[in-house]
Amino acid sequence: MDVLTPTTLDEALRLKAEHPDAVPIQGGTDVMVALNFDRERPAVVLNLNEVRELRGFSRENGSLRLGSALTFAEIEHGELRDIVPALAEASRTVGSPQIRNRGTVGGNLGMASPAGDAIPPLVVEGAEVECASVRGTRRVPLLEFVTGVKRNALEQDELITAVWVTPSGVPQTFMKVGPRNAMVIAVVSLAVSAGDQLRASIGSASPRPVLVVAPRDDAATFAERVAGAASPIDDVRGTERYRRHAIRVLAERALKRVLA
Amino acid sequence: MRITVRINGEEHQADCWEGESLLFALREKLGFPGSKNACEQGECGSCSVLLDGTLVCACLVLAAQADGHDVTTVEGLAEDGDLHPVQQAFVDAGAVQCGFCTPGLVVATTDLLRRSPHPTDDEIREALSGNLCRCTGYAKIFDAVRAAAARA
Repeated sequence: MDVLTPTTLDEALRLKAEHPDAVPIQGGTDVMVALNFDRERPAVVLNLNEVRELRGFSRENGSLRLGSALTFAEIEHGELRDIVPALAEASRTVGSPQIRNRGTVGGNLGMASPAGDAIPPLVVEGAEVECASVRGTRRVPLLEFVTGVKRNALEQDELITAVWVTPSGVPQTFMKVGPRNAMVIAVVSLAVSAGDQLRASIGSASPRPVLVVAPRDDAATFAERVAGAASPIDDVRGTERYRRHAIRVLAERALKRVLA
Repeated sequence: MRITVRINGEEHQADCWEGESLLFALREKLGFPGSKNACEQGECGSCSVLLDGTLVCACLVLAAQADGHDVTTVEGLAEDGDLHPVQQAFVDAGAVQCGFCTPGLVVATTDLLRRSPHPTDDEIREALSGNLCRCTGYAKIFDAVRAAAARA
């Protein structure tokens, strides 16, 4: 195994082009588990910790560019709390303080788990994923970026460099069901916003992210529609039936909160 | 590969396998067994250390990622042979049963009190939510954190 540690984005992209099989590692909260348990033995690991261009966030023409190395702790504690409140709520539910200090939004999207906590709030806000390679940069709508369970639309020479959001500024919230308040992989999760339209996205209940949109006048039937959009499965964390029920309950509660 | 890490203020070097964790390097290569190895997946917090001043699970940091960085382990908290106030509070409160989780809890508590010297119970609960005590000695652990905060 080789560990490559670029210090600039250009160098990182060049190394990814030269080693298309290289596994990127940022916060390590997923990749290290695979290494520690001998589930993966990549020939090359691309350590992105020293690439400054991936850190932090910036504002450009009303849009927000979240660097892929932005940690959940940074989203949870900083000014982003007021700008992307549902994402901040979701960030607070990730793992533990130790995990949130290391885990990043880019890693969450790259892993593309149905339980990825950042995904529902970002889908509701219409996020796009910035993918870069030596060939150039493109933006992929998050709904299309996640192509299946732990699968994404990245080309082999690409890295996730940022997530773009144009904050809606409308009331929004995130909810999650799990056996305790920390260290929980969502049994189901849900982000809802209420602007000109009602928008909802569910987690842990479909192989790909789902966005449900309805007119505000349809609030009475919205929770049922959201539950109907799910395609949950039975697994170790919950049953299909429980998940569908929980989504409907969460959707009712979330609507009440954002319409209050 | 050879890594150079500043541990508790002093520079150390170790030859590591590229895929090993900072925790493994600390315990098996660098002579710092204070951080405990249990779950190896960031669930239990017993390997908590400060990496460049940030609380992390050492099992989830690639040793190579710590190259050129600062690490504080539980061994680095005591000064001149005197227990750190958080360590003393854990002793005084009887917040140690089997002791396995204690190093991680002491490091996490130290991090909490540095950020929030007089935490509420909710803040304590949140700050220690990533550290498991399977003796379930949480009540005494809370007493220790409150005592350490009161003495500061």
